[in-house]
Amino acid sequence: MTKLPWAALAAGITLAAAPPIVIQNARVLTVTRGAFTGAVIVKDGKIAEAAEKVMIPPGARVIDAGGQYLMPGIIDCHSHIAADSINEGAASVSSMVGIEDVLNPDDISIYRALAGGVTTANILHGSANSIGGKCTVIKTRWGKDADGLKFEGAMPGIKFALGENPKRQGMDDGPAGSRRNLRYPGTRMGVEDVIREAFTEAKAYQARWKEYEAGKARGETLIPPRRDLKLEPLVEVLEGKRFVHAHCYRADEILMLLRVADEFGFKIRTLQHVLEGYKVAREIAAHGAGASTFSDWWSYKVEAYDAIPYNAAIMVRKGVLVSLNSDSGELMRRLNTEAAKTMKYGGLTETEALSLITINPAKQLKIDDRVGSIEVGKDADLVLFDKHPLSSYAKVQKVFIDGVVYFDRDKDLSERRLLELNKRKLLEKEKQSAPQQKKQDRRPQ
Amino acid sequence: MKYRVLALACSALLLSAGETVAEVPSVIAIRGARIVTVSGPVIARGAVILRDGLIEAVGDAQPPPGAWIIDGEGLTVYPGLLDALSTLGLPDTPSLNGTGRPNATRPQGAPPAVPRGPEDRPLNTSYLRAADELSPTDRRLEAARNAGFTGAVTFPTQGVFAGLGAVIDLAGKRPGQMVVQSPAGLYLTTHSGGFGSGYPSSLMGVIAYIRQIYLDAGQYKTAKAIYAAHPKGLKRPGYDKWLEGVLEAPRVLLPARDPKEMERMLRLGEELNLKVLLYGLAEGFRAPEILKNRNAQVLVNLRWPEKPRAADPEAEETLRDLETRDLAPSTPAALVKAGVKFAFYAGALEKPSDVAPAIRRAMNAGLSHDNAVRALTLNVAELYGVSDRLGSVEKGKIANLVVTRGDLFRDKTEVKYVFVDGIKYEPAAEAPAPAPEVTR
Repeated sequence: MTKLPWAALAAGITLAAAPPIVIQNARVLTVTRGAFTGAVIVKDGKIAEAAEKVMIPPGARVIDAGGQYLMPGIIDCHSHIAADSINEGAASVSSMVGIEDVLNPDDISIYRALAGGVTTANILHGSANSIGGKCTVIKTRWGKDADGLKFEGAMPGIKFALGENPKRQGMDDGPAGSRRNLRYPGTRMGVEDVIREAFTEAKAYQARWKEYEAGKARGETLIPPRRDLKLEPLVEVLEGKRFVHAHCYRADEILMLLRVADEFGFKIRTLQHVLEGYKVAREIAAHGAGASTFSDWWSYKVEAYDAIPYNAAIMVRKGVLVSLNSDSGELMRRLNTEAAKTMKYGGLTETEALSLITINPAKQLKIDDRVGSIEVGKDADLVLFDKHPLSSYAKVQKVFIDGVVYFDRDKDLSERRLLELNKRKLLEKEKQSAPQQKKQDRRPQ
Repeated sequence: MKYRVLALACSALLLSAGETVAEVPSVIAIRGARIVTVSGPVIARGAVILRDGLIEAVGDAQPPPGAWIIDGEGLTVYPGLLDALSTLGLPDTPSLNGTGRPNATRPQGAPPAVPRGPEDRPLNTSYLRAADELSPTDRRLEAARNAGFTGAVTFPTQGVFAGLGAVIDLAGKRPGQMVVQSPAGLYLTTHSGGFGSGYPSSLMGVIAYIRQIYLDAGQYKTAKAIYAAHPKGLKRPGYDKWLEGVLEAPRVLLPARDPKEMERMLRLGEELNLKVLLYGLAEGFRAPEILKNRNAQVLVNLRWPEKPRAADPEAEETLRDLETRDLAPSTPAALVKAGVKFAFYAGALEKPSDVAPAIRRAMNAGLSHDNAVRALTLNVAELYGVSDRLGSVEKGKIANLVVTRGDLFRDKTEVKYVFVDGIKYEPAAEAPAPAPEVTR
């Protein structure tokens, strides 16, 4: 991009035909194939070998990770970083908008997430709308442009939201201290109605286009229907070409959404937050929806009062595909310790706990053929910790995406002084030139 | 001749004090001056003959009999400066100060107060024409002429689809005489109404809205064509003044400050098959190759980024912001180096006399004087497709000139005369600067 100092942190510099990398003597936590002490060989951005004993290829860059832990890059199924806007709150169906249009590769949260071991994130529209905007899956390739962030080939998604957030949008102060609701819906029933109506419209739209195509095929002279960017993504949902990620809390609403989806013939790919999921875990599993929840975050609103820290573990035991997410640029930096909490609350095993932030969210986003575990052939998205990642003392040392080092703790620490120096120089320069400018301004015109 | 004298008196009434009366002989010859033609080599000493508002001859031409002779000894003739994006001539339009937000009042026939989607055509006055709203008595015109400007591309500025601009001359007895080309383009912003104002209330809402409008415009055009060919048995497509405005624009102005926005807007333009002029570009210096690779044409804001006036003294500024303030004026030189065609605009500056200091900063950061002149003359004309009429001192072009003592943009340079449509204006030496018309 540029050679300026601010971008010096952008460690991800791809070189054509980079030499293979061997990370050796590490404790390798594959997540799907157990753990072993040995080496991982990275070639052309992919994991070429993962075994206790390997042959070091000629010209390889060898990283001795003795005493350190290597795990697959962390995947966050629910994030709002790296975007210049999150909510289009004016309409309760805002499916015409999309995060892809406003990706912000300069958001420092990307680098912070990277420094916490996150290599893939599902960037979701906000929860102000019954049917929100389109989502984008990214890799945290800090230093790349917006296109370079995109997880190429990932299934497109869309955000839905139930409950308090969509029903309380657009309130303002009415006469005499009252509150006015400016936007339908104002109740949970209304949220259901908005979703039903939108899909009824989408089906009619789908039919209109089919009718037009059929008529055209018969050689009739017809004016094509108007393309409707609000309804097109919903038709894609009906056709199974776009995943639904639905923000929800209460059990009754979760069941409502599953019923509406069944009725209209589409699937809910993931329930997000899903704090009462433990109450209806069997129904969620039966629908085939995944669940992406918090470890132990609750009571921040009325509908989050019934949350329990055992939620993730209970849903896992009932056969739901579960992941833990951050929903926050801050929490995103330490999803590994979030995963560890499920061992205390609910007794998940180490591997099960790690799955919640690696292979499970990969499956939820249907990118598990590419990421989510250390397996030969998968993308070399790897995190090197100095201690076991489920320990609260563990610190990220290096992060690889597609085999390229995007974060290096030593490099970061050593570059901080230089950045500070550059900043002071510029401040000084500005101070020096300021009085001169003032003098000029005072010149008679 | 009597008529001319009358016209002279009339224009004297129109012009405020501080600028001497416009003179309207039919032939004027500027003799013995240095001529910066911009389109060709500099003529060290020559004449420029103006007849009936056009340039009749340039170089070693002899003044025709009866011509008013202006002694150009020690003077330099340049093409009149063109402001590539401004609100000159539109006194009721908020200036382009970078923070402009749509007014609370909406034009007549506007959509409902709380728009819910693109169908309501919110923040859309694409049908508004700058050419219809011009006022030759806008007092900013004189200040602009005093700074060497003879023309501008002027736009309505409110809303997302603000309206259709026009290339204008900065003087004229009647509004219609000022217009050189209309429409010149459609000015778009990404200013949403903000929370609670209805759709669109976010940047992504604005982008989705722009996309839907262009899809609608395409469909509207197709529907009208099909209907025109087969009116019997087909449902009549409705008339849509917003889409009419969109379809009429020969080019679209889209905002982009930094590389991220440059890519975003160029991608959008490619997707919608638009002819795009990017405007802003304060951080263009960071990645001029993006512009080059996508064949972008850009308008660079001469208002270089400043430290926010009401900044919290405790707040720590980012290295990036500091760098941007330091290096923004190097954008023009970086664009020249990368081979990107650009023009300058002064519409966001408080007053036209701020132009020269802003140009000097760009020149200190590596921009050549020639390229600086070009970016305020011929490049503007070329980017708006009017280089057959404006932008250089060439035979047959409109007689818009600026005549200076000393090189343009120098600290002590004096603008001696300005010609608009062959009419001479003489800035007074100590003209008081008019009050800035910037909305904050």
